Amino acid sequence: MSLTEEQMLASIKDVIEKNKVAVFMKGTPAQPKCGFSATVVDIFKKMGVPFVGVDAIEDPRFRHVLSAHTSWPTLPQVFVAGKLIGGCDIVREMKATGELDTLVAEATK
Amino acid sequence: MADLAEVRSLIEQALPGAQVTVTDLTGGGDHLAVVVAAPQFAGLGLLAQHQLIYAALKHKMIPASQEIHALQIKTSVRER
Repeated sequence: MSLTEEQMLASIKDVIEKNKVAVFMKGTPAQPKCGFSATVVDIFKKMGVPFVGVDAIEDPRFRHVLSAHTSWPTLPQVFVAGKLIGGCDIVREMKATGELDTLVAEATK
Repeated sequence: MADLAEVRSLIEQALPGAQVTVTDLTGGGDHLAVVVAAPQFAGLGLLAQHQLIYAALKHKMIPASQEIHALQIKTSVRER
């Protein structure tokens, strides 16, 4: 039995709330299905940061529920300490400036 | 497949005074990169800056449309 959209939204909120770093992505951290998702996974892996990666395209309704909730149309979507920080470009830019390390250190301390 | 000139003009309309460059990354017209320098970005975080661009292209992107499949964004503040 598949989830209703209400159940999907509840599980999305739950993932965001319970994980310091959460990535909604195409595919899984072990098998990303898109270059942008792979880049984000790679950045967190190299930082040695524990994160949870959720496949948002396994069920096509899932990404619509997610995007409606976050007002962010694309994947991946990265959350740190319960807040959306953005997609691949922002994560890459924040990594380059050192902002990402600061934010994650704050969130995981 | 999106029309690059239209994408550019949608962003310019949403952010008057912005300097906008649109590039087709693959030649397929659906993986685009935009570089936007806009005065409206002053004081905003990256998230809010990118959201302004997504809002301008709302009708070209998921869930409204699949015209733009992937969008790389680079923003900066343009001095007025």
